[in-house]
Formats: sequence, C-alpha cells, structure tokens
Amino acid sequence: MKLTFRGAIDCDLHPAMPGAPALLPYLDEYWRNQIVDRHIDKYSFVLTSYPPNSPLSARPDWRFPTGAPGGDLDMIRRQALDPFGTRFAICNTLHGAVALFNEDMAAALCRAVNDWVAKELLDREPRLRASIVVPLHNPEAAVAEIERVAADRRFVQVLFFVMGEILLGRRIFWPIYAAAEKLELAIGIHAGGTYHHAPTAAGWPSHRVEDYVAQSAAFEGQVLSLLSEGVFQKFSRLKIVLIESGLTWLPHLMWRANKTWRGVRPEVPWIDRPPADVIREHVRVTLQPVDVPAGEAQILARTLEHIGSDRMLLFSTDYPHWHFDGEDVLPDGLSQETIRLLAIDNALDTFPRLREGAQMSDNAAGHEESVR
Amino acid sequence: MSRQVVARAGDIAPGTCKIVSVRGREIGIFNLDGEYFALANRCPHAGGPLCRGRIGPLVLSDGPGRYHLTREQKFLRCPWHGWEYDIRSGQSWCDPKSVRARQFQVTVETGASLVKGPYVAETFPVLVEEDYLVVEVTASAAS
Amino acid sequence: MNVPFREVTASSRLAIVDCDIHPAFRTPKDLLPFLPERWRDHMATFGEHLRHGLSGQLPYPRMTAAGMRGDAFPEEGPPGSDLALMRSQHLDANGVEFGMLMPLSRSGLEERNLDYAAAVSHAVNDWQLETWIKPEPRLRAGIVVPQEDAAFAVKEIERRADNPAFVQILISPRSSDPLGHRRYWPIYAAAERANRPIALHVQGYSGGHASTASGWPTYYLQEHYAMTGNLQGTVTSMVFEGVFERFPELRVVLVEGGFAWAPALCWRMDKHWERLRKETPRAKRRPSEYVREHFWFTTQPIEEPDDPQHLADIIEWVGWERLMFSTDYPHWDFDDPQHVFKFKVADENKALVFRDNAKALYGLQ
Repeated sequence: MKLTFRGAIDCDLHPAMPGAPALLPYLDEYWRNQIVDRHIDKYSFVLTSYPPNSPLSARPDWRFPTGAPGGDLDMIRRQALDPFGTRFAICNTLHGAVALFNEDMAAALCRAVNDWVAKELLDREPRLRASIVVPLHNPEAAVAEIERVAADRRFVQVLFFVMGEILLGRRIFWPIYAAAEKLELAIGIHAGGTYHHAPTAAGWPSHRVEDYVAQSAAFEGQVLSLLSEGVFQKFSRLKIVLIESGLTWLPHLMWRANKTWRGVRPEVPWIDRPPADVIREHVRVTLQPVDVPAGEAQILARTLEHIGSDRMLLFSTDYPHWHFDGEDVLPDGLSQETIRLLAIDNALDTFPRLREGAQMSDNAAGHEESVR
Repeated sequence: MSRQVVARAGDIAPGTCKIVSVRGREIGIFNLDGEYFALANRCPHAGGPLCRGRIGPLVLSDGPGRYHLTREQKFLRCPWHGWEYDIRSGQSWCDPKSVRARQFQVTVETGASLVKGPYVAETFPVLVEEDYLVVEVTASAAS
Repeated sequence: MNVPFREVTASSRLAIVDCDIHPAFRTPKDLLPFLPERWRDHMATFGEHLRHGLSGQLPYPRMTAAGMRGDAFPEEGPPGSDLALMRSQHLDANGVEFGMLMPLSRSGLEERNLDYAAAVSHAVNDWQLETWIKPEPRLRAGIVVPQEDAAFAVKEIERRADNPAFVQILISPRSSDPLGHRRYWPIYAAAERANRPIALHVQGYSGGHASTASGWPTYYLQEHYAMTGNLQGTVTSMVFEGVFERFPELRVVLVEGGFAWAPALCWRMDKHWERLRKETPRAKRRPSEYVREHFWFTTQPIEEPDDPQHLADIIEWVGWERLMFSTDYPHWDFDDPQHVFKFKVADENKALVFRDNAKALYGLQ
C-alpha cells in the first residue's frame, strides 16, 4: 500500500558510505597518514552484516550502475525522498569503523563520518537529518563526540548496532544516556553488528540469512537489558528506537518480561511497574522490514493489538535495503489513524529535535503541522 | 457466614503462619506482631500453596543498584512463582491493581463465647481463660 | 485479573501427559554405582569441567529456593530426588498418566571433557532406568547424549534404542555450533533409525558462547529470557541447513522454551528466505512449513498476556496439534494443569494438549 499524503518522516535511510579517501579531508594529519600509509584507504569499511551484492543490501532499482547499493545524494532525492513525499529522513550511516578494535582509530573515523555527513548530506539537502555514530569502546570518549556533534541540531539520534560487545543496558554506558537525554537525542539501535560475539547463543550460523533472522533475538536481548538495568528509571525522558528490527517479536517479549518480572521482582526492585508498560513508553520500532506475511492484514492487526500501543511504530523505507517493491511501503490493513501516527506524529514525539526542524520549515513554508 | 475455631492465639508465633482447614478449604493464619490475618492457601496467580511461602519484608528501590527493605515483615512470597502479597490486605505487590489474594476475617475471641467445633473438641481442652482464634468464612465461598 | 478457578473433581480430571519432569540425584554420589571406577575417580578428583566461572554453581543464581518450588523439598535431598514425594505431590495429585524425564544437571551435555561426558551420560541413562523407570511405570526416560561427540552419541542411541522406556533423545540446544550444523547430522540419522524424537531442553550452562549476541546478561530476569532466543536460533539453523530435507522423519521437541515466539520467527524466516533463498538451497521449502511438520513445543512456562485471548490467537497460529503440556516439576515456574489456560479451551483441544499430541508423538499406550 502506498502513502496517500505527503509529509512522512522516514526514520531509517542509508546513504552510501563514503570510501576512506572521501574521509581523508576530515581526518587530522596523523590519521590521514595512517590511513594512506597502511593502505587502509583501499577499503570501504563495509559491514559483514550487509554484503553489497546481497539482495537484502539493495533493491535492484536502488543500485548504482556498478551494482553497489545506491544512496548518493541525487539517488536519495529521486528514489527515497521524492516518491514518498518525505518531509524529513534520518540518515543512519552504517559505517564499519566501530568494528575496529583500535579505539582511537575507530573514534577518529567516526568523527570524520559525522563531519562528512553534516557537510556532504545535511548541508546540501534540507530534508535530511542524521544519527551520530560513535564507537562504544570508551563511553567517555563517546560522550565527548556526542556533545561535539550534537551542537548541530540536525543530528537527532545516537546510533549503535544491536549486536555489540556489551549489552547496552550496562551501567558503563550510562554517561552516554545521560548525555543523550540532556541533549534531546534518541538512542537508535540498528540491526547488524560488530561480530565480537557469535550471533546466537549456540554459536555461528553458516548463512547470512540466519544471521539476519537472528537480529530479532538480539533486539529482544537489548530491550530486556535496558529494561532490567533500570535505564528507563534513571533516564525517564530517554527514547530508544529499534531500527530495522521487525516488530512481530514484541508481544512475546512484553508478555514474558511481565511474567518473569512478577516472580523475580526483588532482583530488580527499581522496576516499579509492568515491563510491558515501560517498553511501550520508551521503545520505538521502525516499520521496515514488516515481518508479517504479505497480504495478511489480520495478522498485522492482531499483532498490533497484542503490542497494545499505536505510538511505537515509526515510518521507514530502510532505503536502499530491499523490503518492498515500488512505492508499496505500507503493509495492508492499517487504519488511516495508525498511518498518520506512524508516518508523522510518533516520530515528532520520539525525536524532539525534529520538532524544531518542523517549526523552522513550517515558518518558512507556511504549512500547517501536527505536533503532538 | 460461618465462624470456625481454628487455633489458639498462642499457637502461632509472631511472624509465622499456620495452615488450617475450614469447610474443606485450606487457610493460612498469620500472626503479624500480635495481629492475625488469614489468607486462602491458594495463590490467585496459578493455584500454588501461597501460605507456605516465606514471610518477610518487601524489597523496594529508589533507583538501579539500590536496595531497601521495608521495616514491616508483612509480605508473603508464593513458594511457586514468587509473587508477593501484602498479608494484611491480600494485595499482590508487583501489580497492585490487578491481583489480590483471597482474604478472610480473623477475630480473637475469649473462650466463654465459643461455639464448640470439631477442632477444639478433638485436640485441645476448652480453656475458658484462653483466647481462641476464630475464622469467619462466608457460606458461599466458592473460590 | 483474579480469574475465577473452577474446582475440578477427581472424577472429571483429564489424565494428562507431562512432557517435562526433572528427576534429581539425592547427592552426586547417586551416580557413582553407574560409573566405571576410572570415572568415579575422575569425578571425585576433577569433577565436571564447564564453561563457567563457578564450580557446581550457576553464575546466574535463581530466585526462590534455588529455582525450585518452595513446597517440593523432600525430607532428604533436593526437589525431584524423592519418588514418593513426586508421586504424592505431582503424579497422583495431577493425574499424570505418563511423565517424560528430563535429567538436566550433571548429565554431561555441557561437559568439556568429552570422554567424561560420554561416561556420565551413559551412567545417567542407566540411573534413569534403575532409579525411576523400574519403580514407576508412569515415567519415561530420554537417551541423554553429549551432542559435541556425535560418534559416541550415535553409539549410545543405538545401545538404548531397543528399550521402549527411552522415548526420546536429549541433547542441549546451547551447543557449541548451531544444531543445524552438519557435524550433528549423524545424531539425527541415528534418531531417525531409532524412530525417536530429539528433545531440546533449555540449558543453564553454556556451550561456549554468551547467552545473547551482545554478550552476557546481568540479571536472571534476562538470562531466563535468553533461553527463548537460543531456541529461536536453533530452529532457524535446523531449517536453513536443510536438516529436514535430509532427515524427513526427524521430529524435534522444544522443551521449556515457550512457544509464543514461534509464529513471529516463522514469518521472519519466511520473509527473508524469499529474498535470500539462493544462499540456502538445502532449504527447499518455506521455513514455516518445516516448523509445522517437524517441531513440537511443550507449554511451560506458558505466557500470561493481560488479555488471555491473545494467547489463544498465538495458539491458533502455532496450532493446537503442536503443543504438549508440561509442568517442569519441581521448578519454580511450574505450570499447574488446573490453572494453565486462563481462557476457555475447547474439549478437543484440551485433549490434544494435555494428552493426545504427546501420546501420538511418543507412541505411548
């Protein structure tokens, strides 16, 4: 089903990653030398999670003539923004620097990526917004980078991968959440990972499709980690956005978290209300991929009922990943009201900084807007 | 409504529970600092023998990593799934709105006004000066 | 949420099959008579060698009473070690017609020394027969085999296959590789030849990997949940590696890992298989079809959505014929057969879940 109105906010868009040479101007002299002398500039920091030629990594019509997944600015406008009448799109830059073990190198490259995104994308296309990428080796350093980049209000979120080295609820990461909450940034957790652990509790699957399917269990583990550690008690304004996660696994997580919590409550006594309620308040999920069988509107409707909230869904195309054809970005069977919420209102609620942007561009264009 | 003698007041040490049978139903009698409360020995969650659980304080918290015990030792943890109940009110703690253990009125009555029931006749001499524990059960007590 | 309970009288009680009962040693010495001397020595000197930091102790301590029902402690020994108590408190009280034994701890499934693992699992199989099956005709055993030693596992399965007291083969889903991996296939071949299902009971001890893809949880609340993720990965692996094309008769029982995650996993697998199926030619059919044909789920711990009807939705998607009732006696998150379903279940579906699915799968008379 197509969107029938303009103004949607796309909460997951992937610009084509700059190769290392494109990042050189954004590095200091030491790192420029390192990248060049060690021939690191021959590489593009492509993540294992998204092999470029895989059907998942790009729709056939969303590729460069060379075959590489699309996403230069021109393609983004033509293919991801214009056809959907998109008002804002959040660029989630899936750069592999975070998978390096050298924390200084990872940090330098992430700084360069953030600066490149601001200059090459945000400056040139007013509809674009972005996530701040930081490595997680050193939470203090991550906070410094977040504070630096967040001065640019077009950055609306901090981006992590769902399969990292340490579960995200852990207290060592709390300085990051404190900064994000203070700076009104959402925390985005995106499918994929650094493979510092096996993707499953039983080790390494043979196939990429298995790794991709396993993302949902990884999301479950992360949500439960944030919940159990009390991140949502400590940072009551924080919003977590699960990106490219699917959504049909949510009800089971909510039910089981409630059930087990009732029996183990003294272990985590800071959780003072049912986990499902906490999840509904603090967690958001982007639309693509819609992991419901195609055409099964009943299943989607009942799943949304099981989830028990129409505030959790956020519109996304996940451009250029291949999850739908043509402009049929919406699954069948959603009510107009739900579409409106997921296309616009939920995102404005989740990303406070978007509201500033909305205000600015409304003043400029004289549009009416819906702000919750 | 029927009233049945279930124990002598001194039978139940403070901070403990005695499970008795009333009209074929098991009921736990709790002594909390000299006050008596009675709960059905069936957890409304999934039918476990609630009154065999541990009696103790409630664990509260004002933030992650901080643990505080209530001074009052008046909470019961079901021995099956660990659900917690306020013995005084039957209220489950974790989800106060929705779950409540079945409660019964317990009064302490002096010996002279007793109706002699099978329990007393069989196992304890009637002692006029002693205080008896009497449980009131509604006649239509279907669980 | 106080759902009125119906009192069920003894005469109206359905005889049930309990697909998950945990027998325990009174003390670890109970296994000694079943071990050769060389391994008695080893057990006394070195003991089990697992992939965790604490000896004889779980790094995620359980909550109530070491993870047991508080009312299941016999005079001597831990819960599950006393047959008389198991009978009075559970088998008799709950009308259990057949009970499937799941001997979990110290059975060799997670033992790093594979020679010791072989000895222990063989001994545990003998112990099941002697201590539980002989005196109690309602119980059935599982052939415990360490999955990391496929050659031994095949031999042990073949040794036990003629004894009808063994109704299934027990391996750990927290394996060192996902269970679809071809190095486990000899076990599935043996299972097919022996005409027994494989049972995968969730495990507390690791096969060498963190319990989540992002490392180790902090709290038992999380670790308990991670077991469901483990089963999801296991199902995915077996499907995509083509285990059921190669072993079309193989049946798999998923025990104590829940089932409400299964429809979502099937939809997810189907969706991405559509796009990426060139990668996995051995999975010739839609993943959900393999799940529907080859997997059974025990019910405990059953989900408790605020609206019980939501669970009915899930079961409609999973299929009543896929579910088999279990209690997990004597563990804390025990499901009582009287109270397990908080919505109205049609009599024919009750019969399936509480009895007939298990009887059909295990060939119980």
